[in-house]
Order: sequence, then C-alpha cells, then structure tokens
Amino acid sequence: MDFTEDQINRYSRHILLQDIGVEGQEKINSGKVLIVGAGGLGAPVALYLAAAGVGTIGIIDGDVVDLSNLQRQIIHFTPDVNKPKVLSAKEKIEQINPDVKVITYKTFLTAENAFDIIKDYDFIIDGTDNFPVKFLINDACVLAEKPFSHGGILRFDGQTMTYVPGHACYRCLFNSPPPPNAVPTCSQAGVLGAIAGMLGTIQAAEALKFLTGVGDLLTDQLLTFNAKTMDFRKIKVKRTSNCPVCGANPSVTTLIDYDQAVCDLASHKK
Amino acid sequence: MAKIIVNGKNQEINENCSLLELIKTNNVLQPEMVSIQLNEEFVNRENYESTLLKDGDAVDFLYFMGGGQ
Repeated sequence: MDFTEDQINRYSRHILLQDIGVEGQEKINSGKVLIVGAGGLGAPVALYLAAAGVGTIGIIDGDVVDLSNLQRQIIHFTPDVNKPKVLSAKEKIEQINPDVKVITYKTFLTAENAFDIIKDYDFIIDGTDNFPVKFLINDACVLAEKPFSHGGILRFDGQTMTYVPGHACYRCLFNSPPPPNAVPTCSQAGVLGAIAGMLGTIQAAEALKFLTGVGDLLTDQLLTFNAKTMDFRKIKVKRTSNCPVCGANPSVTTLIDYDQAVCDLASHKK
Repeated sequence: MAKIIVNGKNQEINENCSLLELIKTNNVLQPEMVSIQLNEEFVNRENYESTLLKDGDAVDFLYFMGGGQ
C-alpha cells in the first residue's frame, strides 16, 4: 500500500509512534472490523476506528435512532432520529474518513446469519445490549476462531475482555445466559452516558492493538471499572476445561438463539 | 477470624465461612448473576455451599453486565 501525501499527513500521529509506524498504519488500513450494535459502545468504537483508518468497518444493527439514544450514542445526531442506525453511522464514518469502506447490515445478528457475517472480518466488537447476542457472538467467534472484544456497561460500571482463540472465552467466565428478568439492561436500569465512551474506546484500542500486533491484549483477564470511585481492576481469568463451548467436551457445537431477556427492574436491586 | 481478599479488598470473615455465606454477607442480592473465582479458579455454582474459605484466600465476584446500546 502506497500512502498519498494526504494519508501520511492524516495518519502522522500513528506513524510517529515507534510501535506502529508506516507498517502498522498499513495493517490498520487493510484491517477489517465488524461492530455488532451501533449504540453506546459501537458509536465510539466506530468513530475511533474510522479516524484510525481501519480499511473496512462492518456495522450490524436492525434498529433506528431513538431520541433516548442520543445521551450516549455519539455517532448519532438529533436530525438522525428515526433513521436506521447503520445508515446514520455510515454517514458519519464517511465524513470522518473517506478511506474507510463501510459495510452495513440493517438486521440483528442471529444464529442463522452470524457465521456468514463474521467470516469476512479480522476482529469483532461486541457492542450489544443483551445476553442472547453476547453469547451468540462468543459462540460464533469461538467456533469460527475469530478474535473479539466483549463489552458490557450498566449504571456506573463497565467490563471488557478480549478473546483470541486459545484463550479464555466469555463462557469460561459466564457459563450460560442469566435467567430472563434477572439482569437489567441499560434501558431498564440506566447508564451514565460517558461510561459508554470509556468502555468503547478501550474496545477500539484493543482492535487497533490486535490489527497492529502492538502490546498485550486483554486476554485471560476481565477489566472492570466503576466510574463513581474510578477504580479500575483487572481480574485474571483462566480458560476453563469444562467450558461449554471452548472446553474439552463442548456441549455447544452449533449456534443458539436464546430468548431475549425481558427485564423487570422492580425485581432487581444492587 | 480469617483474612481474605474480596474483589481486591481485604475482608475479615468467620472461620469456615462458605462461599454461599460470603455471597450473603457481601449483599449479592442475585447470586445467579455472579460468577465466582476462588484463587483464580472458577467455582461451580453447586459447590458454593460446600466451599469453605480459609485465611489468605482471594475471591472475585464477576458480575454479568449486559448493557452496551
């Protein structure tokens, strides 16, 4: 890949980094990242990956922009209300960086379409808001041997880990989805908007580290933070031998569409 | 009393306190929402009651966090 003068200028702050340089920037420009969910986490991820010049960004989301999204989903603007999220996101990405090829999927990830969609990507970002899809992304990535970044946020808390084949997967930590009703999502329990940016930018950094091979990924560790105290913590986790999907005798060998959890806030207090 | 570490912080517990009791004393209102590591090994849910804690143990509560949109 031969960079133009404009590109060298655009990416100069990356190129200046000894660990990245022209070679690393070329890896970013030829990288392909899929973002599942163009919401709170997906928005900052998409913006930073676009600015970084990731060659192909795929975005999958079946929703349209709602007024209540704008408190944290910073890729969507007020005039975008009622517009498909993938379209709104694509428009912003193309304005930030015309080098990026954007592929949109105005649908939700399911057991039926997951393998077909993820197969073209180097790295997948979980920016979803529900457990059925979080488990689906994990299972699809483990079975298809694709690396991905898990992200979860709620109220003032966030957590993230990076899966790379051979390392602990989400199911090593969380065996199976929680019972419906048990865990509220942001729409029921609320979330501090800036938390989405804190976590999403960590996920974006992990994707760029993966593409360039720089540094140590958040593999075999769960990073958690609480914004009230600003305590950050990395919890070491091990791959579990009896993991239902990546263990020695897996029970999960095909993809599963779990029932969408319907949350009841009244039943939950933390 | 035994000194243990829970989520990175020191805590004193009664001798022979089980993981199940620790869940209660730490006000985990929904035990089904938490995965537990004892000394960096995950403990199966059905063993919470029979797993007794001793001085120097490190326990991590890992909470399900489902938001993202």
